[in-house]
Amino acid sequence: MEQRKQALKRRMKGLLFGDAKQTSLMFLLPSLLGMAGFVLIPFFDVVRRSFFSALGGRFVGLENYRSVLTNDAFQLAAANTGRFLGSCIPLLLLLSLLVALTLYFRPRSAQLFKTSFLLPMAVPVASVVFVWKLLFSDQGLLNGLLEALGHPAVSWMNGGSAFWVLVGSYIWKNLGYTMLLWLAGLASIPDSLFEAARVDGADGLRTFLHITLPLLLPTLYTILVLSLVNAFKVFREAYLVAGSYPHDSIYQLQHLFNNWFRDLDMDRLAAASVLVSLAILALILCLRGVLEEGREDE
Amino acid sequence: MKKGRVAELALLFPALLCLFVFLPLLLLLSGSLTHSAELSQLLSPMLSGGEGFVSWEFVPKFPTLQQYVELLLDRPQFFVMFWNSVYLAAGSLLLQLVLATPAAWWFARNKRRWGKRLFLLYVILMLMPFQVTMVSNYLMLKATRLLNTHWSILVPAAFSPFPVFIMYRFFRAIPGQVLEAAKIDGANEMRVFVSIGAPMGSAGVASAMILSFMEYWNLIEQPMTFLEDQSLWPLSLFLPEISLDMAGVAMAASVLTLLPSLLIFLYGQSYLEQGILASALKE
Repeated sequence: MEQRKQALKRRMKGLLFGDAKQTSLMFLLPSLLGMAGFVLIPFFDVVRRSFFSALGGRFVGLENYRSVLTNDAFQLAAANTGRFLGSCIPLLLLLSLLVALTLYFRPRSAQLFKTSFLLPMAVPVASVVFVWKLLFSDQGLLNGLLEALGHPAVSWMNGGSAFWVLVGSYIWKNLGYTMLLWLAGLASIPDSLFEAARVDGADGLRTFLHITLPLLLPTLYTILVLSLVNAFKVFREAYLVAGSYPHDSIYQLQHLFNNWFRDLDMDRLAAASVLVSLAILALILCLRGVLEEGREDE
Repeated sequence: MKKGRVAELALLFPALLCLFVFLPLLLLLSGSLTHSAELSQLLSPMLSGGEGFVSWEFVPKFPTLQQYVELLLDRPQFFVMFWNSVYLAAGSLLLQLVLATPAAWWFARNKRRWGKRLFLLYVILMLMPFQVTMVSNYLMLKATRLLNTHWSILVPAAFSPFPVFIMYRFFRAIPGQVLEAAKIDGANEMRVFVSIGAPMGSAGVASAMILSFMEYWNLIEQPMTFLEDQSLWPLSLFLPEISLDMAGVAMAASVLTLLPSLLIFLYGQSYLEQGILASALKE
């Protein structure tokens, strides 16, 4: 009994202050406690709230979820978010891969281009809001250009094209980041493979399809996940340029959350938070399952 | 030789995309250097709602710093907002440095399974958009009476999992033998961390700080949600409030907001690149 007590004491001491086998938990504790206190526990509270009504705190079961899922604004926002992710991510991936391939085989020019494409990352959204208005307003520069070319003016921010303006600004911001990730993926492919393909007489396209592309697949997973995370940040552009109620085509989940929050609609907000976090988690696990299958973990 | 020339032509493609990258920045810079009279003439269709379209001079007829002078001398709110931004960004970075660095160190040195599970939890939380954690943050900030103070931005920033994730990669790359040797020589935990870990992982710390700076100099959602009092707002939220008829001042303010971020970018580009690459390595 006494011996077990001693052993337990030793283990606790090792855990907290470190011993030959492990590092002291003291390093982690401040961050972990804060994270648990400010993020994790409140999130569980939100999960709990999603089953209760905020007024009176009555247990309502799945009522809040039903109310969210049948809400027209939620359906519109969810569909738009899906459409946005489905358009901007493939476009970004394709464009950045093309740029990365062009630059990878021309390292002399690469540095200057890298700097240029990364630059928008450093530009605060607020700084370009005015430029966006200048370009895309009804009497803005772009419409002036169209008129000069003999094309009728387009209502950029108040029509379906608002969606593409948003896709464009997402690509503007993230092209450099994604290109850099592709370049890293390309650098991990041994040069000898490219050499061997050339010796065997494979042309550029065949080398790309049979060597480059399959070997880039592991990079694809991380690029997809990071692009997804960044895609939610276009809310900044959308909100600053078009406000709380933009054109229907760019009314996304972020707008909805923001508006419900302003109305203090906590019931729905709690249920929607749980739903969206589950959706994102499922999406990430799915991608991981599809793209990482058969690969060994570290 | 000839084939080489043709191959170089492929560079036209990124070069064209570069135009698309630089165009908004050129518009901004040229606008901020244009005299206010010239600018309101150029923008008159947009301002008065008349006929025709806005036109633009990439090289202003009468380049001037008038807008900057007006902004810096006549608009005390600009300074308030600027200092709010500096305070929020610097405070967030400092807190992250103190809290995230040791945590990243612990995760990198930890070999146990539950440590790895815990790290996965950090990664998942990192991937959640702001809107998902907004309600939980709000409830906690309300309970601790931090709403509508700068702490409502600083506290969540302090516990952000993102810098932990970036620094972890770099600490992880330090060879274990070096640390074992130090331990055998009798250095305690703290010493190993301070005199070996921190210097060897400094590139990671720098990368995390630069990526964080880009984020916290660009705050929109957090101050919008947690700060009611406009005098607490950072520049990033205040700028879009400047009305169109003060276009020149708005553009000068935009350039001045961009400047610190740009300088840090140019100075720390290699760390920024390393940080981006670190975010891509898989766990």
